[in-house]
Amino acid sequence: MAETTLPGLVPDVPIASRGYWSSVFRRLSGDWTTILCLVVLLIIILSAVFAPWIAPADPYKTSVIRRLKDIGTPGFPLGTDELGRDMLSRLIHGGRLSLVMGITPVINALIIGSFLGIVAGFVGGKINMVIMRTVDVFYAFPSVLLAIAISGALGAGLVNSIVSLTIVFIPPITRVAESVTTSVRNLDFVEAARASGAGGFTIIRVHVLGNVLGPVFVFATGLISVSIILASGLSFLGLGVRPPEPEWGLMLNTLRQSIYVNPWVCALPGVMIFITSICFNLMSDGLRSAMDVRA
Amino acid sequence: MTAALRQDQSPVAEAAPAPLVTVENLTVSFKGGDGVIKAVNGVDFTLERGKVLTILGESGSGKSVTLKAMMRLHPPRKTSYTGRIAIGGREILSLSDRELGQVRGSVVSMIFQEPMLAFDPVYTIGQQIAETVVRHEGVSRQAADKRALELLEMVQIPSAARRLKAYPHEMSGGMRQRAMIALALSCRPDLLLADEPTTALDATVQMQVLILLRQLQREMGMAVIFVTHDMGVAAEIADEVAVMYAGRFIETGPVGDVIGRRLHPYTEGLLASTVHGAQRGQRLETIAGAPPNLAKLPSGCAFAPRCRYVEPRCRETEVPLFHPKPDHAARCLRIDR
Repeated sequence: MAETTLPGLVPDVPIASRGYWSSVFRRLSGDWTTILCLVVLLIIILSAVFAPWIAPADPYKTSVIRRLKDIGTPGFPLGTDELGRDMLSRLIHGGRLSLVMGITPVINALIIGSFLGIVAGFVGGKINMVIMRTVDVFYAFPSVLLAIAISGALGAGLVNSIVSLTIVFIPPITRVAESVTTSVRNLDFVEAARASGAGGFTIIRVHVLGNVLGPVFVFATGLISVSIILASGLSFLGLGVRPPEPEWGLMLNTLRQSIYVNPWVCALPGVMIFITSICFNLMSDGLRSAMDVRA
Repeated sequence: MTAALRQDQSPVAEAAPAPLVTVENLTVSFKGGDGVIKAVNGVDFTLERGKVLTILGESGSGKSVTLKAMMRLHPPRKTSYTGRIAIGGREILSLSDRELGQVRGSVVSMIFQEPMLAFDPVYTIGQQIAETVVRHEGVSRQAADKRALELLEMVQIPSAARRLKAYPHEMSGGMRQRAMIALALSCRPDLLLADEPTTALDATVQMQVLILLRQLQREMGMAVIFVTHDMGVAAEIADEVAVMYAGRFIETGPVGDVIGRRLHPYTEGLLASTVHGAQRGQRLETIAGAPPNLAKLPSGCAFAPRCRYVEPRCRETEVPLFHPKPDHAARCLRIDR
């Protein structure tokens, strides 16, 4: 590497360039909120994955004599529910369904929505019109109402509620993908790529995906919290999973009647929903600032 | 490319066997919301290998449009071209998209005005140069990386190896423009198109980039079409100058002739309004008025509404190109006398 300089040109101080991901990690490592959220989420996810081995008791085993025990009762660290089932075990098992119902729709919508958005943004013209106006129709409904309406039409059940939530999340993701694609498409570097011989496919693969996936991914992480809340809401209304399956929203629903008997225990599923969704939200904020190359 | 076909062109290339670039009666028009915009209205020129043509003109004169047309970079659905563009024997206007992709970057390449925007912010400089090399020459990634390093050294970027791994935002403006030049030259094009490459740079860096471009152009023997609105820049780099107004070349000729013995009142106005050589405290002369609306061009000479020597006959017929000297021509009736 020859250090050539023009006469009269002062070479500027060489900067140490790192790889993209290492600089993302470097920025993340200084962000304690995001790290804390990541740790909490990791604990919740791992305990949900390994629920059968971690949970201290059978989440389905009922008992008439030990209903609605307080938090801290010996043998039942988080008390028992209205049918005498161990709350801790039910919360751990409940994470499985709640996380699946929260994350799967967002992943589905991420794939479908970014495809639609990139096509609409890159092709433009009439195709953009058709895709975006259709999306706008769905966007016009409040998300809760839309999810309930679709779930109600499809009938209760895990798969149906995932389908309805996917439909709810496609419009916002499509819009983000479309707006980023449209702005990227008109930037000089796309023209520069075209001027150096790149075809439409290469431009989408390299330049559009490279610039669009970051913002869309960050946006989708933020949607996970909404999705978990909506999924719990569907179960709460009886449109998600059926009892006796442990699921946070459903647990909140069935414990509702006992709120005057033992409010602390009844609030626990809600606390889990709250913690999980706020952690996803804060993590998405942290990722957004860490992944911004220009920051 | 017979002599008969080129009868009314800039006669510079008359003696040469086959010029690298031949443009004949090129027009470019865009379908817009408010009718058809005629951005280029009959441009003719030829350019030989190793020569620099500078297109001078104010904003909206069609100079950048002409440049992008050389590569057919305008949005295909809204643009219509007529006339003929031949570069190295290839008829640009009748190439298929696939052939066009091969020509772009390897035969003709381009450097842009704003180097910050011309690089993709999410990839390193090295990745972007190597990608173009891989696309056109089908070499391995390692060979392309090595080539990218050589190119950065060629454009005199200090500590080139480290700069390869830099993102565009980590470089200064002059550095980015050098990297842009490296990218454009990565496949040894025959023709380099430069769209005001020094406008976004400050004055000292501007000069360095110009000197570098001139030097690389001589070493590689390529032809350059350089678009600018700065007379000083044009004087520095050009062999030939074409002054553009309302989508036409209104004066063409060797740089010394156009600047020293200008024929067209518009060129005169441009020269009078430059700060080069102007005296402190004196007001700069300006050309009154604004360029014409390209959607409805005036009949006759397009410059007539702003011209201080305007005569009734200027507005009557289209003004042909007059050749007072074989290689110096202008579209002005006053030359006729």
